[in-house]
Amino acid sequence: MSSEVLQLDGVSRTYGAGATAVAALRNVNLTIHAGEFVAVMGPSGSGKSSLLTLAGGLDKATGGEVFVEGTPLGGLSINELARLRRRAVGYVFQDFNLVPTLTAAENVALPRELDGIPARKARRQANDALRLVGIEDLADRFMDQMSGGQQQRVAIARAIVGNRRLILADEPTGALDSATGDGILEVLRGRAEAGAAVVLVTHEARHAGWADRVVFLKDGRIVDEAASQHDPSVLLTGRAH
Amino acid sequence: MSIRHSLLALLQEGPRYGYQLRGEFEERTGSTWPLNIGQVYTTLDRLERDGLVEKEGDDGEGHVVYTITDAGRTEVTDWFAQPVAATNPPRNELAIKLALALTLDGVDVAAVVQAQRTASMRQLQDYTRQRRAAATSADAAPAAQGGPKANDAAWLLVLDSLIFTAEAEVRWLDHCEGWMAQRAVRAGKQRTEVAEYLAAAAAGTRAVSK
Repeated sequence: MSSEVLQLDGVSRTYGAGATAVAALRNVNLTIHAGEFVAVMGPSGSGKSSLLTLAGGLDKATGGEVFVEGTPLGGLSINELARLRRRAVGYVFQDFNLVPTLTAAENVALPRELDGIPARKARRQANDALRLVGIEDLADRFMDQMSGGQQQRVAIARAIVGNRRLILADEPTGALDSATGDGILEVLRGRAEAGAAVVLVTHEARHAGWADRVVFLKDGRIVDEAASQHDPSVLLTGRAH
Repeated sequence: MSIRHSLLALLQEGPRYGYQLRGEFEERTGSTWPLNIGQVYTTLDRLERDGLVEKEGDDGEGHVVYTITDAGRTEVTDWFAQPVAATNPPRNELAIKLALALTLDGVDVAAVVQAQRTASMRQLQDYTRQRRAAATSADAAPAAQGGPKANDAAWLLVLDSLIFTAEAEVRWLDHCEGWMAQRAVRAGKQRTEVAEYLAAAAAGTRAVSK
């Protein structure tokens, strides 16, 4: 299998038509490999969230093609797309999208059960994911018995359950204090180190600092990219006197 | 940076000679601000002149050992009690560069902002990676050793400071960019209004005062 988990090939997304058409993304090229943690930054309206919804197959490109693990999303039926999303893509929504009538563990196990995994095994995977985000003791709570920060961690557990290869997160640290937010970034970083491709949309520079690469979007285009140096020995040497 | 007070504070823990002081300072601050040994000895001479330290003699290996005086201890207590004064903002080359870019013709300010943001972001990534590594090794250190633990914590604190400073720089650049974009929109609107006004005047649909 190729190590390219996500590929955007000349991707454009235009909303509306004619004189009122708005281009959210314009000819974006981006390749993300297994084990890579990439942050996407940019001002409001720069296309960050559009990029993420297209990568997750929640929306269709109006130009170009999105590939997830080599599969072009444009040609998939709704059912095929749903199956690919359940198996390969973990998505952390800004507003969580959790089911209020299910417990934390049931929410996390849901995509696995929908995918035909036996309930007991799905439950075990859900518990593993809840442990990774540090709330295994809240597994049996319902959503209205949890704080915003705890719900956010359930949403992240649901995205990483079952070793998904592509994790997409839209401002996942929004409701968290800075120490808990760092814990979540540690989880995302850990998924990348375990071989997943992770894409984090954020406007917080400090969170983007956790990524291997930071992509800057502006007016729907990638305008620049920052890659961290991988030789720690060159860091902090000969710095400010 | 107050080398004077840093050295005095370290001397509170016991008599030290110059190289020891430099080593301890750098260890606790992760060598972020390297000291040269000449600076250390010049500072010790001044501290001695001011009655804040005394020469205790030789350690037997030719090192001159210094010890803190009561006046020196009072000075350290006062230093920790006083907030760091920022009455005179330190010269900020980036702010100066942007201010000049904005006021001079022919400079692509947006490009200056983006180039800087990429560089600051890269630095933030590097500091963040170092912090993760430092936190991991601090967690791994045996609990029995109190000394190294304290120094690990000190180094994490310094890294956090560097991280938050780099973050502030990126946020400020984001702010500058947003502000410039709004300003460009306003300027564009004004231009459009003037053009519409002139066009209307030329067509004779509106009276134009002299």
